[in-house]
Amino acid sequence: MFGGGYAMLPILQREIVENKKWVSDQEIADYYAIGQCTPGIIAVNTATFIGYKKRGVIGGIFATLGVISPSLLIIMTLAKIISRFENSEVVVNAFKGIRIAVVVLILNAVIKIGKSSIVDKATFGIFLCVLILAIVSNISPVVFVLIAATAGILIQSLRIRKGGKK
Amino acid sequence: MATLPFLSDIGQTMHWYTQSQLADMVAVSESTPGPLGINMATYVGFRVGGVLGAIVSTLSEVLPSVIIITLIAMALKTFKDNQYVQDGFYGLRPASTALIAAACCSVGEIALFKPHRYLSIWNFITFINWKAVAFGVVIFTMTNRVPKVKKLHPIIFIAIAAVVGIIVKF
Repeated sequence: MFGGGYAMLPILQREIVENKKWVSDQEIADYYAIGQCTPGIIAVNTATFIGYKKRGVIGGIFATLGVISPSLLIIMTLAKIISRFENSEVVVNAFKGIRIAVVVLILNAVIKIGKSSIVDKATFGIFLCVLILAIVSNISPVVFVLIAATAGILIQSLRIRKGGKK
Repeated sequence: MATLPFLSDIGQTMHWYTQSQLADMVAVSESTPGPLGINMATYVGFRVGGVLGAIVSTLSEVLPSVIIITLIAMALKTFKDNQYVQDGFYGLRPASTALIAAACCSVGEIALFKPHRYLSIWNFITFINWKAVAFGVVIFTMTNRVPKVKKLHPIIFIAIAAVVGIIVKF
């Protein structure tokens, strides 16, 4: 596995948050969250979101086309030369190296988003529970997201009732 | 991967491709950059209907999510300042971060461990690919600690990793 849509997150973050400053770290964390609990691919969903934020419906459509066109070109090229590609030891070894870099880059993205999403004990608790359950079980992301959103609302309203500062 | 049973079904009913051809397509899609679902749709479309087929199937693959996301984005714009929406996001964000971390772990399992049948807390140390872990630590240090280098575009690290992979053979 190359890392799929997740491998694109570090690149999205660099280009869109750091270079272009179209959205903030927190906003991109929100988009990932929604992108994960809606059908479809997280990178596509995130791109549609950012495109919509910048330029409305048309922006969303063009951002999506932008995300899918490299795949279109690469796969169509590969489909033509496929027998050579599959047997090449060089390609296999290159991908083994790439995968290691992808793991580190996704980890960096997690650390960066974590800084804006894990802000107190409660959010750290949610992070830990979901991480462990997602690794050991096959529960759908939709379930996690629904429960976490409900938990967020409950935790915050309990805090208000206690009269503590929010 | 959610589209796989669906694609297998299409193969059986329409006879556009065999199951073993589908397995090859999955293998190629998995080992190329880009989201798996998009790669698969493009590949299957290309096999069946050439360039036009690839374009049509890829667009159809993303159309539902584009519509759904656009609707959500519209709703969110209106309700952004609603207290419940904000509190929901407060809980959602760490969950989303955890899901990405979990995806990172599953790529990590393939990248940093030797081929294994069953990995557990008790036997994982014997499967660690130390060369890969060492290279991972180097990349992590470069992307986080080394001034100037850490500002480089992620693509550059991916390219470096490809070259190192060819030389070192992890």
